[in-house]
Amino acid sequence: MKRPHLLRLLAAAGRFLRRDKKAMAGSIILFVLLVITAFPSWFTPDDPAAEIYSPGMALSWAHPLGTTSFGQDVFSQLMAGTRQSVMIALVVGFLCTILSVAVGVTAAYSGGLVDDALSLVTDVILVIPTFPLIIVIAAYTKSASFWTIVFVLVVTGWSYGARQLRVQALSLRNRDYLLAARARGEASWYIISVELIPPMTSLIVANFLGAALYAVLAAAGLQFVGLGNVNTESWGTMLYWAQNNEALQAGLPLWALAPGIMIAVLGSALALLNYAFDEVSNPALRPVTTKRRKKAAA
Amino acid sequence: MRFLVRRLGFLLVALWAALTVNFFIPRLMPGNPAEAILAQFHGRLNPAALKAIEVALGIGGHQNLLTAYFEYLRNTLTGNFGISFSQGNDTVSSVISKALPWSIGLVGISTILGFLLGTGLGAIAAWRRGGVLDNVLPPTFIIVSAFPYFWVGLLSIWFFSLTLNWFPTLGGYTATANTAFTIVITSVGGWILTMRNNMITVVAEDYVKMARAKGLRPRRILWQYAGRNALLPNLTGFAMSLGFVISGAILVEYVFNYPGVGFLLLQAVNNEDYPLMQALFFLITVAVLVAIFISDIATALLDPRTRNNR
Repeated sequence: MKRPHLLRLLAAAGRFLRRDKKAMAGSIILFVLLVITAFPSWFTPDDPAAEIYSPGMALSWAHPLGTTSFGQDVFSQLMAGTRQSVMIALVVGFLCTILSVAVGVTAAYSGGLVDDALSLVTDVILVIPTFPLIIVIAAYTKSASFWTIVFVLVVTGWSYGARQLRVQALSLRNRDYLLAARARGEASWYIISVELIPPMTSLIVANFLGAALYAVLAAAGLQFVGLGNVNTESWGTMLYWAQNNEALQAGLPLWALAPGIMIAVLGSALALLNYAFDEVSNPALRPVTTKRRKKAAA
Repeated sequence: MRFLVRRLGFLLVALWAALTVNFFIPRLMPGNPAEAILAQFHGRLNPAALKAIEVALGIGGHQNLLTAYFEYLRNTLTGNFGISFSQGNDTVSSVISKALPWSIGLVGISTILGFLLGTGLGAIAAWRRGGVLDNVLPPTFIIVSAFPYFWVGLLSIWFFSLTLNWFPTLGGYTATANTAFTIVITSVGGWILTMRNNMITVVAEDYVKMARAKGLRPRRILWQYAGRNALLPNLTGFAMSLGFVISGAILVEYVFNYPGVGFLLLQAVNNEDYPLMQALFFLITVAVLVAIFISDIATALLDPRTRNNR
C-alpha cells in the first residue's frame, strides 16, 4: 500500500523536473551541495583551517582559487564551509515551515478569537524589521553559535509563511469535503492532518524554500559582520575574514568573491525551485514557450 | 474611518511589541547579558556613560523588572536615549540625527528607483508575453534576488573601483552612486517578478478585453487599464519590502563605509555601545511601521476592496 504511493510520488516528481527547466537546474545544484555537505572530506584536499602555504598565492593547480592572507587554501575553505550554510538553510527552513503550518492552519481552522490572536502575532512579527532585530539579539549573545543563529532566524522567519498558509487554509475551510468530514464526526486532528494539509503541499514546499533562502542570506550577513562564531568554517565567516583583511584591495578578489558566489548559487537553487513551485500552484505564470500539459499538475 | 482606526491600532501594537522585545532580550537571554554588560563596564566608564547604559537596558538601581520596564518605555517614548559613549559622549539623538539624512536619501532614492524600474519592466514583460523581456527577466532576477546584498556591493567595488578604476572605493559622491546602484540592482528583481505576475492575471480580465475591443491604443491599455490595477498588490508589497531593503542597506552601508544608520548600528554593535544600538533599533522599527501604515492608507484610498475585508 505504501510502496506504490511512494513510487507514484517519485514518478510525479520526475515528470515535474523533466518539464520544468528551472526546477531541474535548482535540483541539480542542490543535490551537488548536499553531497558536499555530507562528505566534505572528499572535496577538501587540505585542512581548511591550516595556515601552511605562502599567503596570497594566485591561482594554480594545487590551489584552484589561490590562498588567503593567512596561507590557507581558499578552495578547501569553500568546500568545508558548505556544510554550515546548507545545514542552516535546511534546519531553519524545516523549523520555520513546521511553525508556519502549525500557526497558520490552527488560526484558519479555529477561527474566532484564536484566529484573531494568532493573526495579530503573525502580523506583528511580519512587520518588525527582522535583520536589525537579529543583529541586536546576536550582539547580546556575542559570537552566535550555530544553534543561536538557527533560533534567531526561526523566531523571526516563520510569520510570512504562516500568513500565506492561513489564507489558503481559510479558502479550503468551507469546502464540501471538509464539511462532510466534520459531519461524519471526525476528530479535529484527523481533519487537519489528513484532509486539510495535503492539498496545501505545494504552498508548504514553497514556504520551506522561501524560509531556507531567507536563512542562507541572513546567516551570511550576520557572519559577514562578525556576529557569528568567526572561528568556524562557513561562507559567511570566510567573507568576514576576507573583508577584515581587505582581500579586494590586496589583490585577492577570489577570497572575497568565491564565498559570495557559493551563497548566490545555493540561494539561486532555492529561489529557482521556489519559483517552479509557484508555477505549479498558479499555472498562468508558466512560460508560454514550453509545451503545457492540459492536465493540472499535482 | 474604521479601517483607519484599526490600522492605527495595529501600528501601536506592533510598536509596543517591538519595544517590549527589545527590553526583554538582554534580560531573559541565557546568562543575563544585561547584568554581564554592567559588570563589564563598571569602573571603565564615567558615571554618565554608565547611566546611559542603565537607561538603555532599563537596569538602573535596585528597582524591580516592572518599574524598570515602565521607565524604559517612558525614556524611549520621550526620546531620552542617553548618551553614546562610542561617539565622543554625544547624545544618542544627535549622533543619530547626523546619520539619518544619509540613510533616508540612500534608501529613499534607491527604493523609489528600484520600484519604478522594476514595475515598469515587469509590466512590459507581462504585456509582451513570450517576448525577449518575458523570457530573460524572470530567470535572471530569480537568481539575482538570491544574491546577498552586501556581496553585490563587494562585487561592484571590485569591478567598478578596482578593475575599471571608475570610482574611488570609499567616500565621495561616486561611492554613494555605487552604493545606491547596489541596492537598486538587488531589489529591482522582486518588483519585476511581482508586477509581471500580477499583470498576467489582470491582462486576462474582461475589462481589458473590452478595452481592446473598443480599439484603444495598446499603450493606453497597458498603463491606464491593466497597469493601474496590477500595481495595487505591489503597493502593499512596497511596504513589506521596505523592511527588507533597509536590512540589505545596513550591510551595503557597512561594505561601503557609508555614513548612514546601518553603518552606525554595526559600529554600535562592535563598540558595545548599547544605548546607541537600542535607539537605532527603535528608530528603524518606527520608520518601517510608519511606512507600512502609509502604504496601507494609500492602498485603501486607491482600492476600495481592501477597506472592508481586513
